[in-house]
Amino acid sequence: MAVINLQRQSKQARAAKFDQTQASERPTAWRLLWRLATLLGGVFAFEHAQATDVPEDSAEAMYHYYDGGGVIASGPALLVRKKVNDTLSLSAGYYVDSVSNASIDVVTTASKFKEVRQEYSFGTDYVYRDSKLSFSAATSREPDYTANSFGLDIAQETFGGMTTVNVGFTRGEDKVLKHKDPTFSDYAQHWMYRFGVAQILTPHWIMSVNGEIVADDGYLSSPYRVARVFGAAVPENDPRTRSSRAVDFKVIGDLGSRDAVHAEYRYFWDNWAIKANTMEFGYSRYFGENWLADTSVRYYRQTKALFYSDNAQSDTLYISRNRQLSQFHDADLGGRVTYSLGKVSGDFDVKLNASVHYTKFNFDDFTDIRTGKLYTYGASSVQLYASATF
Amino acid sequence: MTKRCAVLASLLCVLCLQGCTITPWVKPYERESLADPIMQFSRDPLSSKHFEHVHDVREAARGATGVEGGGCGCN
Amino acid sequence: MKSRLSLLCLILAALNFNHAALAAVAPNTSAPDFTLRTVGGPNLRLQEQRGQVVLINFWATWCGPCQQEMPKLNALYEKYHAAGFVLLGVNVDDDAKKAASVAQKLGIKFPVLLDTDKAISHLYDLSTMPSTVIIDRDGRVHYVHKGYLAGYEDTYDKQIRELLK
Repeated sequence: MAVINLQRQSKQARAAKFDQTQASERPTAWRLLWRLATLLGGVFAFEHAQATDVPEDSAEAMYHYYDGGGVIASGPALLVRKKVNDTLSLSAGYYVDSVSNASIDVVTTASKFKEVRQEYSFGTDYVYRDSKLSFSAATSREPDYTANSFGLDIAQETFGGMTTVNVGFTRGEDKVLKHKDPTFSDYAQHWMYRFGVAQILTPHWIMSVNGEIVADDGYLSSPYRVARVFGAAVPENDPRTRSSRAVDFKVIGDLGSRDAVHAEYRYFWDNWAIKANTMEFGYSRYFGENWLADTSVRYYRQTKALFYSDNAQSDTLYISRNRQLSQFHDADLGGRVTYSLGKVSGDFDVKLNASVHYTKFNFDDFTDIRTGKLYTYGASSVQLYASATF
Repeated sequence: MTKRCAVLASLLCVLCLQGCTITPWVKPYERESLADPIMQFSRDPLSSKHFEHVHDVREAARGATGVEGGGCGCN
Repeated sequence: MKSRLSLLCLILAALNFNHAALAAVAPNTSAPDFTLRTVGGPNLRLQEQRGQVVLINFWATWCGPCQQEMPKLNALYEKYHAAGFVLLGVNVDDDAKKAASVAQKLGIKFPVLLDTDKAISHLYDLSTMPSTVIIDRDGRVHYVHKGYLAGYEDTYDKQIRELLK
């Protein structure tokens, strides 16, 4: 997966080659099924009692709130899971994002707006011996953007239940529209391939390694966002394809005094020349019979996309001033407190949770044109939720 | 790469068939700690979903975050 | 890419192959003897149960299917206890107090034995949680059940009745 060098070739040749490399990233459905079959074929050959359990019945209700960079997004979210029998479990979810957008892009190029995004999701989990087959589907709707996706995941327990191998695939199909411009209509398609292994190391330590390949095709920009070339605003133009890879390592350990620690590192790279590192550390501890507290720190850093520029000094085919593609880093500190109500009216195990996070964003090459300085902002995010398991 | 894979695969198969095996060293009855909620990779799915969404719309990196495995391993 | 996947498949197959070892406790073998402390206090020895049909159920407070199974086992115990049937619930929690409180909450009438150091679980080479072993009047293992799914208690009922004859 070569990063395209925009300097040495003509614009048209560059564009053609860029788009062509993506064709090989998208295997047909049959090829994918064959790969999955070869991967798991050998493992199904042996006799086991059913060693995987169907997920328990549960219900979760949450209110989420985010305030940062001029954007306030809040709303309810629900998730319900029900066992049908010993091998099948169904789940359904509903998520709402009420967004009041006065972000730097919006206030400097347009005016503040409000919008509501609704997402419905559905899933099934089927257990057969040591394997779990999960099917999921989701649809997310905004007035100018619809995203539909479906996915398949297989989790296979092996090696006495100490190792779990996960393979998954998600396909997304989006429709992009533009406010007040009925002539604008475009699409975006996504393919995500996941592979992971979770490994129990000792009775107190577990680790996992996960990899994911994402391929996108279609309209990947925003019809509202502008780029800057020689100080003037031009519509942004992202490539119509993108291919990315990420590898993630996680480890969780029980420290012995009713507490646990976790660490995570992810490395991401794509063919837009972005490289990103994510690191997270967290600590959880029980207090008394009913209380649980968690705290975590997260650090993220990324390099800019090849065609990103705060104020381009040359004319290139692809140009963007999307700060999501700029060079920046962010640091997050958060905590959560959980109170267990215990068994409420019979068999429900209810827990109340409150989580607060503060994130600071620092951009290295995106200026706040209102002040002339490099842009920075802080964001707070709050989650209040109740979960019940039956 | 293919030749190395073939050699490795055959070596592993020979080892295992001969009985020089690695047996699982954490038994099902030793998984008390691993069954605890604080030892799960994803404790609250809705909460994780919100965090992932918040990151996905602001950061360019995506993927490789979810995982299954661990737990009590019962049945 | 395909060769890497095939290699992975082979590794998985090999790993699965080598752990299908013979269990220490198999049908038609003598059930290994043990002595464990009960929640009530006094020790209980398996060999002393000779002459009765014994069902040993290995369980833990952190095991979901175990909690579902316990009330059903309790019902079986109350049904056949007078006919020469004994049910031993061997708990493998690290914390014996937790085992005692959960047993009490579930209303367990049969003896709960404490295997906190996991010695007996190791002796019986348990491959799942829960595990159920049904032993006849002569101390020979007749049936070994791995895990618990709804309906297993009907199988236990049939097998106990058969051994009680």
